[in-house]
Amino acid sequence: MTFDALDAVLLIPLASAAILAVLPGYRLTANFNVVAALLTFLTSVSLFWVAPPSGTYLLVDDLNKVFIVLTTFVAFTTSVFSASYIGHEIEIGRLTPVSVRFYHAMYQVLMFAMNLALIANNIGLMWVAIEVATLTTVLMVGIYRTHEALEAAWKYFILGSVGIALALFGTILVYMAARPVIGEGVESMVWTVLVTKAAKFDAPLLNVAFVFLLLGYGTKVGLAPLHAWLPDAHAEGPTPISAVLSGLLLNVALYALLRFKMLLALNPASIAPGPLMVTMGLVSCLFAAFMLYRRRDIKRMFAYSSIEHMGIIVFAFGMGGPLANFAGLLHMTMHSLTKSAIFFAVGHIAQVKGTQKIADLGGLTVTHPVLGWGLVLGVVAIAGLPPLGIFMSEFLVVSSTFAREPWLATLLALAILIALGGLFLRLGSIAFGEARGSTESVHASYVPMFAHFAIVFVAGIYIPPALVSGFENVARLLG
Amino acid sequence: MQGLTFDIAHLLAGTLVLVSFIELYQDRLTALINVYAAHAIVLTLSVAWQALAQHAPHLYITATIALVFKAAVIPLALRRIVIRLGIHREIETVVGVGPAMLIGIGLVALSMVVMLRVTAEADPLAREDLAFALSVVLLGLLMMVTRRNAVSQVIGFMSLENGLVLAATGAKGMPLVVEISVAFSVLIAFIVIGIFLFRIRERFDTVDIQALDRFRGERR
Repeated sequence: MTFDALDAVLLIPLASAAILAVLPGYRLTANFNVVAALLTFLTSVSLFWVAPPSGTYLLVDDLNKVFIVLTTFVAFTTSVFSASYIGHEIEIGRLTPVSVRFYHAMYQVLMFAMNLALIANNIGLMWVAIEVATLTTVLMVGIYRTHEALEAAWKYFILGSVGIALALFGTILVYMAARPVIGEGVESMVWTVLVTKAAKFDAPLLNVAFVFLLLGYGTKVGLAPLHAWLPDAHAEGPTPISAVLSGLLLNVALYALLRFKMLLALNPASIAPGPLMVTMGLVSCLFAAFMLYRRRDIKRMFAYSSIEHMGIIVFAFGMGGPLANFAGLLHMTMHSLTKSAIFFAVGHIAQVKGTQKIADLGGLTVTHPVLGWGLVLGVVAIAGLPPLGIFMSEFLVVSSTFAREPWLATLLALAILIALGGLFLRLGSIAFGEARGSTESVHASYVPMFAHFAIVFVAGIYIPPALVSGFENVARLLG
Repeated sequence: MQGLTFDIAHLLAGTLVLVSFIELYQDRLTALINVYAAHAIVLTLSVAWQALAQHAPHLYITATIALVFKAAVIPLALRRIVIRLGIHREIETVVGVGPAMLIGIGLVALSMVVMLRVTAEADPLAREDLAFALSVVLLGLLMMVTRRNAVSQVIGFMSLENGLVLAATGAKGMPLVVEISVAFSVLIAFIVIGIFLFRIRERFDTVDIQALDRFRGERR
């Protein structure tokens, strides 16, 4: 077996995790974490030029290339943010050096698990990877050991475990459907083999399997009514983890769903997975939009906003067709970048003000202009105002739906508008309003945040033709 | 021989569903832990029988893991935790035993209807196994939602997991079964440690999950 870039995106995080677990000193480990994440990102970019051949266990194709580059990029920028965030947490004594060492090792294990889930060519291996990712995030959510953190971790753990258990049942059913056609053994769990023979699978079995997979991985995507863990986990864990959860882990679970959707689409006798996904997506979106109005905690508010956007993305992929899929992919990319940037800002804000309660935050543009205006920019972007990237993608989702299902498009547009209202209502008091809380200066790393915003801003005006054709290609692949 | 193989597999899987029902109406934690150990032993026998019937030696590893880990180590650890926390007296159930059993029967009927219909073309051994496995999974879920105690929720989850192992071993020639059972065992060990580590008792003075509901994040 030769060593290629595909192995490297797994081995770099894994080796770094082992090293970080024993390295002493916060500054050293934080920097090492950044370097490891950067190396993984560069390796994943190299996949665009040199695509290694797919084996029985690992695979690289146009679909997962997009996901893996996005994942490793956000993981890299988050590690930069995390370095300054964790520095502050040590200063105020909220985290001990031992738990920071643990945190950095876990960060790399999480990267490993997410990369593995994305490049696994085997439905069983993919499931194991998502399970590992769930466990590591549970540990990180509970790292502060406070009342609320324990509650959030327990809730996430129980709901996440049930979710992945259901997904495993679905995975077994897919194997059962594939076995009579492909034969016993590993071959019946390999994506590249499954897709070539999917047309001959037993359709009823595949239908039931998809329901389990949708519920199971849907829990991890945070679709209503399976979302209960998401706001708690976002609010109580360290903010870099909120950024990674919203920006990346939700996408990874979504990727698993998309793969199975492709499988069902190839089988003419099975149910169409689209309407199921459209319904769940729309319900999540509407539900989360209304929930935004009653938030009193800034991190929980943006967690609900993540549910809303995952709803839009699942809706778009559920509609299917080249245009809606393209819109879904674009929206997923834009949401990952914007939401993680918002969490970068929120993390520093919560640190300097010493609270996450919206009532205790106020007049940020006066006390901390850079953070305040950064947050304003982020909310403008996430609410979908022109000319930013999310406007583009939301516009594409709504307009491509209008041509086919005007009623659904109207509901979706309504949900987006309701969410916009909710976000701006809160933003008004946080960013403007009367100045409250500490006015101390903050040691923040603004670079990751504004780098993300810059990409989102540019994408709203101009998307490079190479990227467009790449996305179009993937959209066709998704069917 | 084929008839006998089938009958024994059927019997063992059926027993697993039965033991799940017994778990449902236990109202003391120590008794519940004992029933869970029995659940794991039945699972071990079932997996070992599948290994014999399918001529799949790697399933013996899965059976051994089930025996050592789920039937011995975890129940013993749980028993120690329960006694140390001084909560071995009772379990609070949200739904009464009667309604819980009735819902359970409904769930088993549901899984039979669903699985037997969709697997009409699969081989009978796998087919019945899958129907029973889904019943065990659903009963595990039922137990998780009807209990408020963290320890009994964990036991509910572990029975659910036993159902998954039953399904995976029933699917003839399924690879990664061993790996999956190991991964799940890690998960379970994690929960058990979690009870210690998170020290819910210490923080909340109880392992009643109701106490956790006070902190719904917003109501501070």
